[in-house]
Amino acid sequence: MSTFEKIQEIIVDQLDKETEEVQMETNFREELEADSLDLFQIINDIEDEFDIKIETEEGLNTVGDIVKYVEAQLA
Amino acid sequence: MSNQGKVRIRSVGKYIPKRILTNEDLTEWLDTSDEWITSRTGIKQRHISTTENTSDLCTEAALKALDKVKVKAEEVGLIIVATMSPDAHSPSVACTVQSNIQAENAMAFDINAACSGFVYACSVAEKMLSVGPYQYALVIGGEVMSKVVDWKDRSTAVLFGDGAGCVLLEKNNHTHSFIGEDIHADGSRGQSLTSGEVAVNNLLTSGNEVNPYLQMNGRDIFDFVVRSVPKSITEVVEANQLRLEEVDFFLLHQANARLIKAVSKKLKQPIEKFPKNIDQYGNTSAASIPILLEELITNGDIQLGSNQTIVLTGFGGGLTWGSLLIKL
Repeated sequence: MSTFEKIQEIIVDQLDKETEEVQMETNFREELEADSLDLFQIINDIEDEFDIKIETEEGLNTVGDIVKYVEAQLA
Repeated sequence: MSNQGKVRIRSVGKYIPKRILTNEDLTEWLDTSDEWITSRTGIKQRHISTTENTSDLCTEAALKALDKVKVKAEEVGLIIVATMSPDAHSPSVACTVQSNIQAENAMAFDINAACSGFVYACSVAEKMLSVGPYQYALVIGGEVMSKVVDWKDRSTAVLFGDGAGCVLLEKNNHTHSFIGEDIHADGSRGQSLTSGEVAVNNLLTSGNEVNPYLQMNGRDIFDFVVRSVPKSITEVVEANQLRLEEVDFFLLHQANARLIKAVSKKLKQPIEKFPKNIDQYGNTSAASIPILLEELITNGDIQLGSNQTIVLTGFGGGLTWGSLLIKL
């Protein structure tokens, strides 16, 4: 599983969405209607999955933003 | 000790101030909306005290618990009040309650473990009652949170409400209800939720500016709850050779309906096992668990003496958190 696929799975599970709805360019707030608590929960699950720390949710607007953030942490 | 005995919950009581403020009502003072508050917290309204202080709410809750089972106040040997919004630093709320209900034979003191206070207080009271020279203990969670929140801060003010709940514990020879506990503190994260800071201020120094109101870092607290609460519940259940499936109800501190849902999901337990009344009362801090317990007993979902298994879990400022495993 790629980083994107793992993150996609977490988002689909937390927000009760279809897999196709969650793509790299998908915006959390505008397209997935996620609020701050949804984002906290997604970040929390991603931190556990990849064993990393995401200090702030600022600047994380799309799925791709998170994928890039996580890949930079893992590099 | 010669007096050692078993401890069970004999009765419960609650008291909620009459005045209700709905989310819609709050929009008169704050730039907020019913939709915003409801979708993020599950809160529809809260009760706000206009005249009664914390000791008044606690007194009424205690009198109801005693009256239900016709135990006299003079038979009570111990009163513990869990609160982070006392009437004063001294006298304690517990001493004021002792005087109000005329429990002249009781020792009385307050505990502050913020929203975990009721769980902490039950843990202490159960052990004192078990080995001490007392027959009955009143354990009360009572708060007037409306006096500690910053009504100019819409991110926290909308979350809290006022109220009190009480359990009457009884020493007996047959039933020991408190079968396990898992209680923690982590002061290193204390700044994530602060309230009522008091600066050093005396004839040698003028105090630094401090914020007297409740302040909370939402993400830190969310993170703390989602990681620590499921772990605490799992540990207390498994340490006592039970499975989560065997627990009838998980009574969580009513901080936020979304948090309760997140915990239910982490534990893979149906949401129906996590009763809620946060829509009615908001977050009443140390009072939330005993108020919820009182309502579940009153509506018959939980019956004293039924052998049902429940878990009470508090979490909040300190940081503090903990779970009690109780066989009714």
